Amino acid sequence: MSSRDQILARVRRNQPAAVALPEVPLFDGVVHDFQVNLARMGGEYVQGDPTAFIRARFPDAAVICSTTPDVCGNRPLPDDPAALEDVDVGVVRARFGVAETGSVWLSEAELKLNALGFLPQHLVVLLDPKTIVPNLHHAYRHPAFREARYAVLMTGPSATADIEGVLVRGAQGIRSLTVVACR
Amino acid sequence: MKRVDHAEASSHFIKSKAHVEFHDKRLWDLRGKRDREAEAIPEWEELRALASAIKEHTLSHLGDYLEQFDRNATANGMQVHWARDAAEHNQIVHDVLGSFGARVLVKSKSMLTDECEMRPFLENRGIEVIETDLGERIQQLDDEPPSHIVVPAVHKLRGDVAEVFSRTIGTDPKKSDVPYLAESQRRHTRPYYLKAGAGMTGANFAVAETGSFVVCTNEGNADLSANLPRLHIASIGIEKLIPRLEDLGVFVRMLSRSALGSPITQITSHFRAPRPGSELHVVLVDNGRSERLGMEGFWPSLKCIRCGACMNTCPVYRRSGGLSYGATYSGPIGVIIDPTFNLRKYSALPFASTLNGSCTSVCPVKIDIHEQIYRWRKVIAERNQLPMVKKEAMRIAGRVLSSPRLYRLAVKAAQAGLDYLPRSMIYNPLNAWGKQRELPKAPKGSFRDWYLKNR
Repeated sequence: MSSRDQILARVRRNQPAAVALPEVPLFDGVVHDFQVNLARMGGEYVQGDPTAFIRARFPDAAVICSTTPDVCGNRPLPDDPAALEDVDVGVVRARFGVAETGSVWLSEAELKLNALGFLPQHLVVLLDPKTIVPNLHHAYRHPAFREARYAVLMTGPSATADIEGVLVRGAQGIRSLTVVACR
Repeated sequence: MKRVDHAEASSHFIKSKAHVEFHDKRLWDLRGKRDREAEAIPEWEELRALASAIKEHTLSHLGDYLEQFDRNATANGMQVHWARDAAEHNQIVHDVLGSFGARVLVKSKSMLTDECEMRPFLENRGIEVIETDLGERIQQLDDEPPSHIVVPAVHKLRGDVAEVFSRTIGTDPKKSDVPYLAESQRRHTRPYYLKAGAGMTGANFAVAETGSFVVCTNEGNADLSANLPRLHIASIGIEKLIPRLEDLGVFVRMLSRSALGSPITQITSHFRAPRPGSELHVVLVDNGRSERLGMEGFWPSLKCIRCGACMNTCPVYRRSGGLSYGATYSGPIGVIIDPTFNLRKYSALPFASTLNGSCTSVCPVKIDIHEQIYRWRKVIAERNQLPMVKKEAMRIAGRVLSSPRLYRLAVKAAQAGLDYLPRSMIYNPLNAWGKQRELPKAPKGSFRDWYLKNR
């Protein structure tokens, strides 16, 4: 008998009495503010032209990699994700946002290389404000989740508070996350 | 196997006043942040009820959901393995690494791999294992297990971390400011993502209908581990299953709010299929879970989503430190899980509680934690696993409390005793309560005396 069959047999022998599966409502009661919630998580939400914003915010950026036609990077995307190691700014367009948490939704379709969301020093995400859904219940009903091999809800830069609870932004991944409202 | 003596082990932690005070304050601060988040959501209690019901439903149909996950994950291109116990899990991971020729493994935090003691197993076979979560890395470099399931090095102060890092990754021993220490770990760890042959993660949830799994982190280390090497292995306990994608809405909304008081983790990642040109292996691990599922009164502990809220609120945990539990899982949730691994070894843990019920009231999946702690005490007493002093004390207390005459005599004797006996006799080695505390002053008369006089 394989391990799989042994585990399944023991699980079925020991399962408690059946409990019904509840429906999950959409909980639309509270209106959430994307910008406020993103700021709480250390991200920034700005309006305006993304290229002008990047030039102004990251004047010293030597390497910019973009996967969206809205912004021109200065280096084409490599084949090997490890080659993203020296990227200063990554630029990508999100499929949608979540107001409750201030999150943006990215998958391999947007990132091209999944590591683009993590290896660059900074990440700039373009987001059409019309795509923002109210909360996570709406987000998890989005069909995009069912198609993506890999999908991430990114909410602010990488962060840690593992030493004495002191918040450090830019733990191991991106040091900053800026979401640019852009249709 | 030696019985863990929680009180004795915690006495080492308690020796440093600075450590205990900070630990207590830091965890209580997390509890406060959790409260503010919960109070800001009108449907919080409804979410708890939903989360509990979804988990109970899944556990009561776990066989079907495991098969559904297996089928869908396989169809998505993942390779699914099944491990009955820790040894089989470790062997599977080692074999998969071997088939890839991987000698360096970058991994994010996984309590399950700690439970399986995977790291020493792999290291003894020549694999270099790099914990990439900052807290877990501190613990790895200091050769200690994590003391908390969410913040593994919460029992350490910045000076301790500076000492560990200067000894192991070459930081300046005189510099202990936190951003410097975190930046040093960032610079030390990032090259490993690029050269590692394999990456490993745990999983917070596994979704049966999509054959996908979810990893919730803040540092970005799990996604670097999973998205750079060409091999990703994920170890998943069989209790992590949930039926549907929409169920994630309930759990993701509550996980980080309960854990750290933030609305979501910085990075919430969903893995459904391997990247083109890469392999994604999932190891579904039992290691005692299927047996626990059949334990009347104890199986609801399998609902746990490992948020750590019960630890942060527990007065005993906050003042004794996670390492004093001598187990992978500490705090209230550890107290009810650990005895299922080894009743004798962990028989002291259910007594590391005041039964105040705070753990139960903050648990996002409504596990009856303090009631299970009480149930374990009964099991331990019935199986004769109580230490002699506790057993005798309970036997005598039982006789005294069941006889009004004996009880009244005892009250009088205690009142007189506290007034007239020398300290050395009252604070004797059998008086565990009086070790760090003064006994309260006895009132002049008992309630019964007052009542007889005034009725």
